Amino acid sequence: MYEQIRSNKRRSALLIAGFVVVVTLVGAAVGVVIGGGSIAVTIGALVVAAALAFGSYWKADQIALSVSRARPADPREYARLHNLVEGLCIASGLPKPGVYVVDDPAPNAFATGRNPRHASIAVTTGLLEKMNRVELEGVVAHELSHIRNYDILVSTLAVTMVGSVALLSDLAIRSMWWNGGRVRRSGDHNDTNNPLAFVGFALLIVAPIAAKVMQAAISRQRESLADVTACQMTRYPPGLISALEKLQEDQTATHAASTATAHLWIEQPMSGLGDGGRLRGPHSWFDTHPPLEERIALLREL
Amino acid sequence: MTAVIIVLIIIVVALAVYLISAYNGLIRRRNQIENAWAQIDVQLKRRLDLIPNLVETVKGYAAHERETLEAVISARNAAVAAPDTPEAQSKTEGALTSTLRQLFALGEAYPDLKANQNFLALQEELSSTEGRIAYARQFYNDSVLGYNNKLQQFPTMYFARMLKFERREYFEADEAARSTPDVSF
Repeated sequence: MYEQIRSNKRRSALLIAGFVVVVTLVGAAVGVVIGGGSIAVTIGALVVAAALAFGSYWKADQIALSVSRARPADPREYARLHNLVEGLCIASGLPKPGVYVVDDPAPNAFATGRNPRHASIAVTTGLLEKMNRVELEGVVAHELSHIRNYDILVSTLAVTMVGSVALLSDLAIRSMWWNGGRVRRSGDHNDTNNPLAFVGFALLIVAPIAAKVMQAAISRQRESLADVTACQMTRYPPGLISALEKLQEDQTATHAASTATAHLWIEQPMSGLGDGGRLRGPHSWFDTHPPLEERIALLREL
Repeated sequence: MTAVIIVLIIIVVALAVYLISAYNGLIRRRNQIENAWAQIDVQLKRRLDLIPNLVETVKGYAAHERETLEAVISARNAAVAAPDTPEAQSKTEGALTSTLRQLFALGEAYPDLKANQNFLALQEELSSTEGRIAYARQFYNDSVLGYNNKLQQFPTMYFARMLKFERREYFEADEAARSTPDVSF
């Protein structure tokens, strides 16, 4: 477990460093293309990247929560949820995280934050409706495991970074309509050579793929690990098993989830992906979650 | 010559660093055990505080179930008066749990009581507090396991013995608590 925590912290640092380097390189490329190699654009990109990375560390959990339209769970209305969270926090020795509810009929849940002292978990109203007490407890324990293992740090950072990569490639591709910002004299309008658009095209194709692969790599084994840790907390594997079985039966897509937050949730939130991998091979490069069948089979062995 | 001195200094420093971190690790684990034990007490107290409220609520609907109500109250008083040792505690708490079961079983016989919001809320509170007590004990035992492991492992065992770190005992449910309480109607 401590090994896992250390590796997650290391990965987070790598993620931030890699992100800053990529953004700066792109900035440098843009600088070469439009500014004739001006240092100012590169430095500008470096500043932007550093600001984004810094902002991600401090604010990414808030972003993830508000993107998913999560609202704080009222302790009176959601007494059972609060009680379960408190009980499991005692079992695992964690401080109580923020508890949020997402209005969505699809059963799902996620955890976010940067460390156990600054963490939140969110569950959908659909989950509260469909799960009984032990099942809900299993799901909450799974989310708390993500918090304890520091999975939340890496995956929450990934939310904002995947998001900004998408933004960046968008920015570059859209700038092709402006001829790469090189229109200075009216005669330039006839200049059809627009190198920035090529950078944009390259980014547009490569960046989302890279971001997706990264996202998948980040979360796939963690889900199974968190399942096992969850059972260590509750000492009752059947609870989580039957919760996962219910998730498997349920075919509703979680609307509150977006591509950027897909890897945060306990179950793959997008529709049409086939939870059991029935539609495609058992492991696709872009799956953010292992098939539920596999996770259930693993828990049965405990 | 200087090379030998440098190597010796490195060894001494490494040893000191190891000793300090091992010592701090043991202290941290021992404090965690104490915190875990305190947490059990907090939850037990919380349960005791909930009971008078519950008894009042039930009285409003089933006042003539005097026997059950009195059994709960006397079990609670016994738990309050119990000395703060693990054995005494688990005995009185076990007795309290089984009388509470009977109290909640009354809900089945009195539909009005069963529909009462206050009763339902208290039932939820009490059952989750019982869950928390169990979890607190689990965390206590986990903490003891971690501490005892560290204490007996090589090479920590040698200097732990010198510094008088002692083995901790696990919390074990006594016979009364371990057997399922029987609920008679």
